[in-house]
Amino acid sequence: MTNNETYNYKVVRQFAIMTIVWGIVGMLVGVVIAAQLAWPALNFDVPWLTFGRLRPLHTNAVIFAFGGCALFACSYYVVQHTCHARLAFPALAAFTFWGWQLVIVLAAITLPLGITTSKEYAELEWPIDILITLVWVSYALVFFTTIIKRKIPHIYVANWFFGAFIVTVAILHLFNSAALPVSFLKSYSAYAGVQDAMVQWWYGHNAVGFFLTAGFLGIMYYFVPKQAGRPVYSYRLSVVHFWALVFTYIWAGPHHLHYTALPDWAQSLGMIMSLILLAPSWGGMINGIMTLSGAWHKLRTDPVLRLLIVSISFYGMSTFEGPMMSIKTVNALSHYTDWTIGHVHSGALGWVALVSMGAMYYLIPRLFGRELYSLKLVEVHFWTATIGIVLYIASMWVAGIMQGLMWRAVNADGTLTYSFVESVQAMHPYYIVRTLGGAFFLLGALVMAYNLWRSIADAKPVEVEIPEPASAH
Amino acid sequence: MADFNSEFWHWYIAIITVLSILACVWLVRWMTSGFEKTDEVESTGHVWDGDLSELNNPLPRWWLGLFYITLAFGGFYLLLYPGLGSFEGFLKWTSTGQYEEEVTIMEAEVGPLFAKYQQTSILELVKDPDALKVGERLYLNYCSSCHGSDARGARGYPNLRDADWQWGGDPASIKTTLINGRIAAMPAWEAALGGQSGVDEVTQYLLRLSNRATIDELADKGKAKYDIFCVACHGPEGKGNPALGAPNLTDDIWLYGGSITRISESLIKGRNGQMPAYGEFLGEAKVHVLTAYVYGLSQEN
Repeated sequence: MTNNETYNYKVVRQFAIMTIVWGIVGMLVGVVIAAQLAWPALNFDVPWLTFGRLRPLHTNAVIFAFGGCALFACSYYVVQHTCHARLAFPALAAFTFWGWQLVIVLAAITLPLGITTSKEYAELEWPIDILITLVWVSYALVFFTTIIKRKIPHIYVANWFFGAFIVTVAILHLFNSAALPVSFLKSYSAYAGVQDAMVQWWYGHNAVGFFLTAGFLGIMYYFVPKQAGRPVYSYRLSVVHFWALVFTYIWAGPHHLHYTALPDWAQSLGMIMSLILLAPSWGGMINGIMTLSGAWHKLRTDPVLRLLIVSISFYGMSTFEGPMMSIKTVNALSHYTDWTIGHVHSGALGWVALVSMGAMYYLIPRLFGRELYSLKLVEVHFWTATIGIVLYIASMWVAGIMQGLMWRAVNADGTLTYSFVESVQAMHPYYIVRTLGGAFFLLGALVMAYNLWRSIADAKPVEVEIPEPASAH
Repeated sequence: MADFNSEFWHWYIAIITVLSILACVWLVRWMTSGFEKTDEVESTGHVWDGDLSELNNPLPRWWLGLFYITLAFGGFYLLLYPGLGSFEGFLKWTSTGQYEEEVTIMEAEVGPLFAKYQQTSILELVKDPDALKVGERLYLNYCSSCHGSDARGARGYPNLRDADWQWGGDPASIKTTLINGRIAAMPAWEAALGGQSGVDEVTQYLLRLSNRATIDELADKGKAKYDIFCVACHGPEGKGNPALGAPNLTDDIWLYGGSITRISESLIKGRNGQMPAYGEFLGEAKVHVLTAYVYGLSQEN
């Protein structure tokens, strides 16, 4: 029995296409600012091309434009398919698309103009923050109402993660962006001093924990089993690592403020909760990778699956590195150095971007009723991206640890061995390698864009009828 | 504890933290108990989207071990270190304490060296290449961000290699400058000089003092104004006064720029130079060596 209702693929298609577009824009800006660090003259003395203005543009573009569109596209696709229900409130869903694109365009205009709250990853000024809030509430309404409409009593694990991501990001955004506007384009944070720092990093680390982790675990939990054609490894593991992960992440923020004015007790709690976070994070990695048990041979023939599995490996690596860096004595060396930048990018390029790209290879051809144009090109993408990531993170490890050691080196008379500018000078070769790594990764993304474009060129969007659920139990 | 404004918050933090760690332990135990017998992998029976299903493998033992180890570590850490509200931990560790301890160790290590230098007069130290090397490192650590790594200064930051000293260039004056810092206050003169025309006149007179080309008619009027308003600090001949930090105006050395625009700007808006005090921060012994280095710079020519 079928009621002839179809999935809402339109909004998924829109978000999926913009994922590719914003991904390339954001990564391009990243390569530009990486090059500026190696060759500062590349800002051409134009204020809106300087590093300080383009860097927030890069982070906002890759996290919220590229990552955000990927999350919207995948969550809207997954929630429909795993609930066997059409997306609720089609007008609101359309609003989330156009509203989110407007947020991105406004960010791309205001940030280079230097209009910023100066809160990292929350730089957008208050009128844009209000627009984000409206989009996000609409998103929550669409997503959770679709869950309520589901035809299968049990809620699929991917939706737990999408749900946690949507709810928590709403709370984070509302609290951290609380501000007193003094004009249309300028506001001051509602918090002062170390409290402002604490709220900011409670937000900042959970932007990583919920936006860039929980949401993308949702993507993993659908696209990996689908692409592998295998069941999820362990339901029990899903339960433990979901609850432990969402519960523990929210405590981890203070590890960004070790050895600062933040009280010692808060620093300690941030550190131990970050360490406890290791196992819950790895639970997700195990569940993703072990889903392949019995199907390992597919890795040899399916480059899309390989992209997904390598992304999970980078997830495992970053979530090991993170807790280690949160230990005070390690942090005393790593803090304020490029090691942090390397760590973030092993997660951002290796995990977030690769899993999104894997999902897009799965999703975009299907949304247009086509096959992927070329597996060979996916292979090319896989290798360029992997080489790019390795160049990036290896150079930043060396650079970061070298910086940390140079900054703490002292002479027999107690003076610092190196002045700051000497450590900057020592970074030069590593900054060049990093730029090269970023360029490789961007090149891979361009190959992907070409491949996907060839896949769907002159194809018509498809309408797919919602099937009845398989008889349960 | 100063971190909390009432006992309530201490208990609030402590109880929530302990309950949270216990809740993690409970979660793991809940998901491992009652499943012992099922060694064979079973499916949960749920199917989504045609072919999405889940197995129910037991939690990997090594992973469980890892989880328990981190939880136990967290518990022990909170006994030893601050974390549970205002409970300071059995080790009584504080980040401030760690810092002070490291400073004490370093002071003990380098103290004798600087104590030795402090016994030597600055005029002697200037001849000691080892002392100058130490002074140079101190300079690069603490002074170079303003005065430049070549000590030639920048606009607003004096050149330390020339013979021109705003506050005196003898060793004792330099040392006083380093220990107490200096605050120079050139007032804004626009209104007193009678607006832009008065400023232009005095600017022309200042150019004459430095033997630069001037418009004589304006410079003559400027001298009259100089003799009323500027003479108190900069002196009748414009030679300045180190006691006040008033610069010599006859040597064509300009801390804030010597173009007509810059000189007018100094007259119109005034200038407020500030050299921070380093006595308390570095201690007198280090300042002594630093003084020798800075004094030595101006003796090179």
